[in-house]
Amino acid sequence: MTRTFDPADAQLQTQTLLEKIQSYTGPPISVMEVCGTHTVAVARMGLRPLLPQGVKLISGPGCPVCVTPVETFDKAIYLVEKGVILATYGDAMRVPGTRTTLADARANGGRVEPVYSALDAVKLAKANPDDQVVFLGLGFETTSPTAAHAIMVAGRENLENFSVLCAHKALLPAMEALVADPQMEIGAFLCPGHATMVIGSDVYKPFCEAHRLPCVVTGFEAQDVLLGLLWILRQAKEGRAEVENAYPRAVDAQGNVGAMKMLATVFRPADARFRGIGVLPGGGYELKEEFAHFDAETRFLAGVEVESREPAGCMCAEVLRGRIEPSQCPLFAKTCTAENPVGACMVSSEGACGAHYRYRGV
Amino acid sequence: MCVAVPGKIVSIDEFDMAVVDFGGTTREVSLAMVEDPATGEYVIVHAGFALHKVNSEEALETIELMRQALDDSNF
Ligand code: SF4
Repeated sequence: MTRTFDPADAQLQTQTLLEKIQSYTGPPISVMEVCGTHTVAVARMGLRPLLPQGVKLISGPGCPVCVTPVETFDKAIYLVEKGVILATYGDAMRVPGTRTTLADARANGGRVEPVYSALDAVKLAKANPDDQVVFLGLGFETTSPTAAHAIMVAGRENLENFSVLCAHKALLPAMEALVADPQMEIGAFLCPGHATMVIGSDVYKPFCEAHRLPCVVTGFEAQDVLLGLLWILRQAKEGRAEVENAYPRAVDAQGNVGAMKMLATVFRPADARFRGIGVLPGGGYELKEEFAHFDAETRFLAGVEVESREPAGCMCAEVLRGRIEPSQCPLFAKTCTAENPVGACMVSSEGACGAHYRYRGV
Repeated sequence: MCVAVPGKIVSIDEFDMAVVDFGGTTREVSLAMVEDPATGEYVIVHAGFALHKVNSEEALETIELMRQALDDSNF
């Protein structure tokens, strides 16, 4: 039956899409939502218990703050103790390092500044010429070009007191690592809308073909997520494995070519440690030699050893790999709550534990 | 971190910085990563940077995809 279509009627759209998803009759399938914002959308809708039998959604590693290892926070806290002004995104301030958090370091008189954008950190450096300002940059390809741009701006302005502690990650190597994990059975990927806005949906093609896994890019509204999932189920039912773009208002095949150029001007691929996953070859970015004087690692951290211990009992490692649901962690909603988070996955608003906790009654 | 709502460019200064309006709330946003931005256009913003210009064709394409999906039969 054809219904009258009203693009503004979100409720009708979500309901109809859900009905279609619930009528799925194909083979059982586990779909990983890679992106933290998708995890939040799924939790907010209370979608998991509504899925048809055999269809499972697993939360993936796409929460930038969560995949940043303890080591990085220990280094940032070390720098604060040495007297630098550390600028970073608000979420990162509450993530536990081995002994403390950046927020606590700030409460104890350390200079830690939450910023909205990498350029705000450059502004801080300009406003404080007698201090060293270090920007802790984290996130996937959605934020790494913005850090690159900030470094280029600092270079043009000859700012000698600005540098970046780079914890930027690469999306595709992370997805490869999850597929290679013998304990995981991922049948398809719901790909992140905004990272793909930058890298372009074509990037998934070789991956999709090599592993024969449907990859559908989608946005963050309830309808977007449902549409993406519906397309994955259609592929599964028909035995197809293709890259499809359910988010054409933001994503195209090539991505943001200018942003990728900026990224490649300043950074090069490097091995990188992910919390819970370990060191992934080509899993992150480091500054190129020409920009070494903006690298906080070379400038302030050569030879420095940090403790780097995960909080006792925290199972973020298993959560980030999608091996367990947050509620299977013995600390979940007991000692670990959104108000008093034990691990990174509870701290971040996009973390799987945080999302499951906040919407656990839904 | 991902804000899905596109914002409207209200003004642009000579440093490629813009004031962008998200349904009444304005933000200062860098336009360094979009080509030929103009006031009145819609952009998707992430961590203080516009990363994509939404054109009306793309917006219509999304509506069309949704229409097709809703009209499709169940499994
Ligand atoms: S519930 Fe808390 S302690 Fe358990 S894995 Fe999540 S963040 Fe770690």
